[in-house]
Amino acid sequence: MDSQTFGSDYLVWNGDYIFLIRNLVEKDFKVRYRNMSLGVLWSLLNPLIMMGLLTFIFTKIFAQPSDRNFPLSVLCALVPLNFFTLAWVNGASSILENATLIKRVPVPRQVFPVASVLSNCLHLLIQIVLLLTIILVFGRGVNIHWLWLPLLWGLEILFVMGLALAFSALNVYVRDTRYVIESTNIVLFWLVPVFYSFALIPVRFRGIYQINPVAALVLMMRNVLLEGHAPLGSTLIRLAIVSVAMFGTGLFVFSKLKNGFYARL
Amino acid sequence: MLIEFQNVSKWFPHSTGRQLLRTHIARWFGRVHNEPFYALRNVSFRLQDGESLAIVGSNGAGKSTLLSLAAGLTPPDEGKVVVNGRIAALLELGSGFHPDLTGAENLVLNASLLGLSKRRTNELFDRIVEFSGIGEFIDDPLRTYSSGMIMRLAFSVAIQCEPDILLIDEVLAVGDASFQEKSREALVSFRRAGKAMLFVSHSPTAVQGMCDRAVWIDHGSVMMFGSVNEVLDAYQGRTVLQQGQ
Repeated sequence: MDSQTFGSDYLVWNGDYIFLIRNLVEKDFKVRYRNMSLGVLWSLLNPLIMMGLLTFIFTKIFAQPSDRNFPLSVLCALVPLNFFTLAWVNGASSILENATLIKRVPVPRQVFPVASVLSNCLHLLIQIVLLLTIILVFGRGVNIHWLWLPLLWGLEILFVMGLALAFSALNVYVRDTRYVIESTNIVLFWLVPVFYSFALIPVRFRGIYQINPVAALVLMMRNVLLEGHAPLGSTLIRLAIVSVAMFGTGLFVFSKLKNGFYARL
Repeated sequence: MLIEFQNVSKWFPHSTGRQLLRTHIARWFGRVHNEPFYALRNVSFRLQDGESLAIVGSNGAGKSTLLSLAAGLTPPDEGKVVVNGRIAALLELGSGFHPDLTGAENLVLNASLLGLSKRRTNELFDRIVEFSGIGEFIDDPLRTYSSGMIMRLAFSVAIQCEPDILLIDEVLAVGDASFQEKSREALVSFRRAGKAMLFVSHSPTAVQGMCDRAVWIDHGSVMMFGSVNEVLDAYQGRTVLQQGQ
């Protein structure tokens, strides 16, 4: 029998992490789709509607030099951006949403933001399948550089997980956090080159885009899927460093704040 | 020795109700004075192997805080809590349940929250369902269950998942008479197996048969710790006295 002493550190839980996280992800997924008559179809409809809308506006209304790839280029940005905004918002509210569990069950608190991001990954997967199918049908088809894609998405997931950990903990202390995230997501929609190409951005503003990991990801996905070449090494390394650092920061912030959850929920 | 509290104190800041930006800003400018509120003050006791403890006291005395500390849900601000063994808390049954999932799905999720592995959950599944008496409804969504059925399912998961220490917060009035009898038997055999319970209750008669020791808490301090009969007599005497005034 193992002895536990609760001093400054507490909460020893010797359960099965993988089983627990899998169950939490499954719960999220089942709960969401059982309440929708069209189920997974909604996950596909949303980016398609956005793609159609943006294509209409920027090829018919603000008619720009027409780019045959415009709809594909938009979709390359919408898929990672949608995932990013949803996973961040949902992840950040995961501790508050599971308040009753956190006050009642000595389960490690980190599992809630992690499971929340992972369940959004299932939606990401559905949208990736949509994106790749459309690229295969209308775009340039498969090339060897597609092998970079899992790494790119993996880094984005790591980055979002870091954000979700940090912000889910902050959200317990400052409930306004949610609005900060929502506003940031609106800003992000315009600051990620969704409906304009990176080449269009004046050089003096490019710095803003280069420190933005979502923009970097969009850029690299277009490199691979539309232009058919490998992502730029320097951009990739920068994204990797930022993602790993964000994940580390998230874990650190979370572990610093988690002892105060009980009193504040 | 299974559970020991050594000079444990726990306090909460008074203004924990609203975690808003303006509350924090007001605090930085010194507009809000945070006198801590002591939920527990210098609590010490020690349970021997297999002893069960009743925790009595009036509303807001600190009973639930004590249970949360024993469960490791929140760390003590002073002192030390020592616990040997795996704990299952029966604090508010069904906390982890979701109405849109079926009974079976909720059962598995709850078991994994209590720390059971996938294999162990599969092994125990039939036994838990049988104990709950839910029968064929186990594959229906939880929102179609009566509140009694939900409570029965939650209790069955907790008691069957083989904890070393069971923490119970006023939940024994679960289900109908026959299920109550069954859960009482389960708790008795749980005790016979040398395992411990921490039992919070307002009703002294409910804990009398179940516990060896009792602690009486008032305003976060221990008024009395001793054998269950002694403490309950003193506690009830005091309650009657207060009502007479």
